[in-house]
Amino acid sequence: MDAAAAALADLMEISSQIEAAVVVRLDGAVVAAEPETERERLARAGIALLDAAEEDFGGRRSVTRLEVALHESSVFALRDSDLRIFARTSAGPASGLVFYDLATCLQAVAAAQIAPKPRRRTSKKTQATADA
Amino acid sequence: MRKALGLIVLVGAPLYLRHRRQAARERVYLHFDDGSTITLADDAPAAERLLALTRQAL
Repeated sequence: MDAAAAALADLMEISSQIEAAVVVRLDGAVVAAEPETERERLARAGIALLDAAEEDFGGRRSVTRLEVALHESSVFALRDSDLRIFARTSAGPASGLVFYDLATCLQAVAAAQIAPKPRRRTSKKTQATADA
Repeated sequence: MRKALGLIVLVGAPLYLRHRRQAARERVYLHFDDGSTITLADDAPAAERLLALTRQAL
């Protein structure tokens, strides 16, 4: 499991209200989704929502967070510099908590993408044994 | 005592019902990078598109 998938799995475990979530790059590529069955649908819906909100209400300012609360469920969108996260929750969620959890998850995914992969190093001890 | 109870029911019941009705309404919340926020109720024309998109997607 890569870092993005692990961060999403953590998010789903922490928040009982989030039923599905997906992390998407600015170019629309899906980085990770939980559950996988919601991958395309939630990503498409989230992108369409953010684009529509930007079109209707943007202008000089840009939309960073969005919540659409329906009777049966809610959809959340959160935008970072390079990544976006979308989530579907049960009805009547605690919005502040959901946004906090989504922001934490997005930070974890962003950090994992920036951080270089750890390189395998041969220890000095092993090298010394090999030299001898 | 009865009068006070009656007054509480008379004032409290409509407030409670109004609160329930408000909570059950569909809404859109938008937050912007300049710190401002917008809340749109379901009867706001500006909210229609976003609510429709969400219904369609779910």
